Amino acid sequence: MPSAEASIFKVLADPTRRAIFERLRRDGDQTVHALTESAGVSQPMVSKHLSALKRARLVCHRRRGRETHYRARPEALAPLVDWMRHYGAFWQDRFDRLEDLLKRMDR
Amino acid sequence: MTTTRSLVIEKELPHPPEKVWRALTQGPLIKEWLMENDFQPVVGHRFNFRSTPMPQWNGVIDSEVLVVEPNKKLSYSWNALGLESVVVWTLLATSGGTLVRMEQSGFRPDQQHAYQGANYGWQKFIGGLERVVAGLQ
Repeated sequence: MPSAEASIFKVLADPTRRAIFERLRRDGDQTVHALTESAGVSQPMVSKHLSALKRARLVCHRRRGRETHYRARPEALAPLVDWMRHYGAFWQDRFDRLEDLLKRMDR
Repeated sequence: MTTTRSLVIEKELPHPPEKVWRALTQGPLIKEWLMENDFQPVVGHRFNFRSTPMPQWNGVIDSEVLVVEPNKKLSYSWNALGLESVVVWTLLATSGGTLVRMEQSGFRPDQQHAYQGANYGWQKFIGGLERVVAGLQ
């Protein structure tokens, strides 16, 4: 079952993509041209990364004149945060149980 | 208990590392605190954790043992619900017992190695998530 979390994880597994997403989130709207200057990879690569981010709905775009402007959608990270909250509570609970077990092992 | 939003849980337990290691690596003991399993402390061993089935999930976690360093470090993959992750246990002897650290990350360590040279770490990213979400409200 390919969950929303899984596709977000997959897309953000790439550090260049994470950096692009972070840049958009930090600095606001950017053109592909501006992103390419800071990304350290070619413009076609940046466009490819942006397509992947767009598919995961992590960025959206808007045409303004001859240039396309990209914007981060941090709200798309919500499933990932849910996933972390879920596992955070899960492991807290299991740590407690591990501690109980270790106490019982003394006897 | 110290916990961060990056899915790292760390706690000092008043028991020696050897004993904690047994609880982490012996199938019947693992079942007591975690889940039913067919774990073996052998690198490359594929196994399952089994929990109560839920709607839309059979409760099975597919895993493979990745690291076994007795009394020090244990790691296995943790694949469930279409998401691959890795769990790493680290034990550090302290004067009062053992500092137990559990870290669950979204990607296999070898994938991270493939991205060596990238100066933007996954952990750092995860650590920043809470800020992002806080900023949404």
